[in-house]
Amino acid sequence: MNTDKKELAVAALRNGTVIDHIPSEALFNAVRFLNLESQPNAVTIGYNLASKKLGRKGIIKVADTFFDDSVLNRIAIIAPNAVVNTIRDFEVMDKKRVALPDSLVDIVRCNNPKCITNNEPMATRFDVTDRGDETHDVKLRCHYCNHTVDGRHAHFK
Amino acid sequence: MSSTRAHSFVSIAQASKEQIEELLRRSAYFEQHPNSELLKGRVVATLFFEPSTRTRLSFETAVNRLGGRVIGFSDASTSSTSKGETLNDTIRMVANYADLIVMRHYLEGAAQWASEVTDVPIVNAGDGANQHPSQTMLDLYSILKTQGRLEDLTITMVGDLKYGRTVHSLLQAMKYFRPKFRFVASRELAMPEEYLSFCRENGIEYEEHREFSPEVIADSDIIYMTRVQRERFADPLEYEKVKDLYTLRKSMLDCAKPNLKILHPLPRVNEIDRDVDDCPEAYYFEQARNGLFARQAIITDALGIDLPED
Repeated sequence: MNTDKKELAVAALRNGTVIDHIPSEALFNAVRFLNLESQPNAVTIGYNLASKKLGRKGIIKVADTFFDDSVLNRIAIIAPNAVVNTIRDFEVMDKKRVALPDSLVDIVRCNNPKCITNNEPMATRFDVTDRGDETHDVKLRCHYCNHTVDGRHAHFK
Repeated sequence: MSSTRAHSFVSIAQASKEQIEELLRRSAYFEQHPNSELLKGRVVATLFFEPSTRTRLSFETAVNRLGGRVIGFSDASTSSTSKGETLNDTIRMVANYADLIVMRHYLEGAAQWASEVTDVPIVNAGDGANQHPSQTMLDLYSILKTQGRLEDLTITMVGDLKYGRTVHSLLQAMKYFRPKFRFVASRELAMPEEYLSFCRENGIEYEEHREFSPEVIADSDIIYMTRVQRERFADPLEYEKVKDLYTLRKSMLDCAKPNLKILHPLPRVNEIDRDVDDCPEAYYFEQARNGLFARQAIITDALGIDLPED
């Protein structure tokens, strides 16, 4: 809890969402994915911060914004160990790890140009074949063409 | 075991050991009884969105010898696909007419998608570089027939192991039968790591070889040859260097085991010298013939038709 307070003191976030423990390499993908460029509220992005677990990490703080679980859980594809803190009145009201579902329907685009999903109006479906951890990526396999992709290289629809 | 429910046959990787054994049992039955009326009154559609004469003729012969009727097309340019119709719409339309759809498509995952948009069973006759399960069934039947068993065999795969869809599917299907694999290929066309790790996860013993040596041949029960295609090489000089290293010649078979058989999915170019054709080890032409029985097995199983008691 002490570390939380330190983080909060830096950003002075009164209300909003803090997404922590994002691997540095995945940070800007996460930024794009959350569509933060069109965010009207204050956004703080920390890059290459020191981390005991990850070596270097990224952090995203968004003021006065609370994301749906379904949106946050998608972050698990690129950052399986990310932690989401919900802040209200400078207090951490909720702290949870992102949760990766067993399969992802119509979230990720297949990297294989010859996959049926890139040539037909239809939903994509990926099965999670490796849930990933601090040392390695999430792995996804296309339900249709069987191509596999690392979470951090996944393209979102 | 008999299958009483109609179902699609899209991928060998999804097939259970029991399903594979049932299809092999059926293949043996149809070799004994190639002509029947098991499909009398039924219509099978063969939708070939890309041409593949050999596979189409084999499937259509299978239907005809089972007493069924065939509708379909052999080239997408003669279908509504050329007008921009989606696969979804084509399949739903044809499903109104046919009891079973055999389809070949240039896009990967097309057969899986088709099986999700209709209740009519879909048989995958090849979807791009992805799956071609009827080829795998005829390979398995050929191995079973020539060796008397599938268990504990040493199978040597030679040539293009990187892009060769048939070797990947055969490797996956053999996981139930304790095989030993020898992978013989140049570095450019080596078995992909994905399949090597599949072997390790399933406790399958394998060795990788760069050289097609007499020792490898002497060790083998089955040699599965594949075509090394020039267009797979970024550097044409590299192709010239390796193209003859993986050619099988009659003189190389002196040390072979008496039960060795040579398989090849065909068409062959020059990876098997013509002088091998008359050797007792050459099996690739009979192998193609087994495709008929394997496809009769797949069609009747997909329709949930029980075989008559012998």
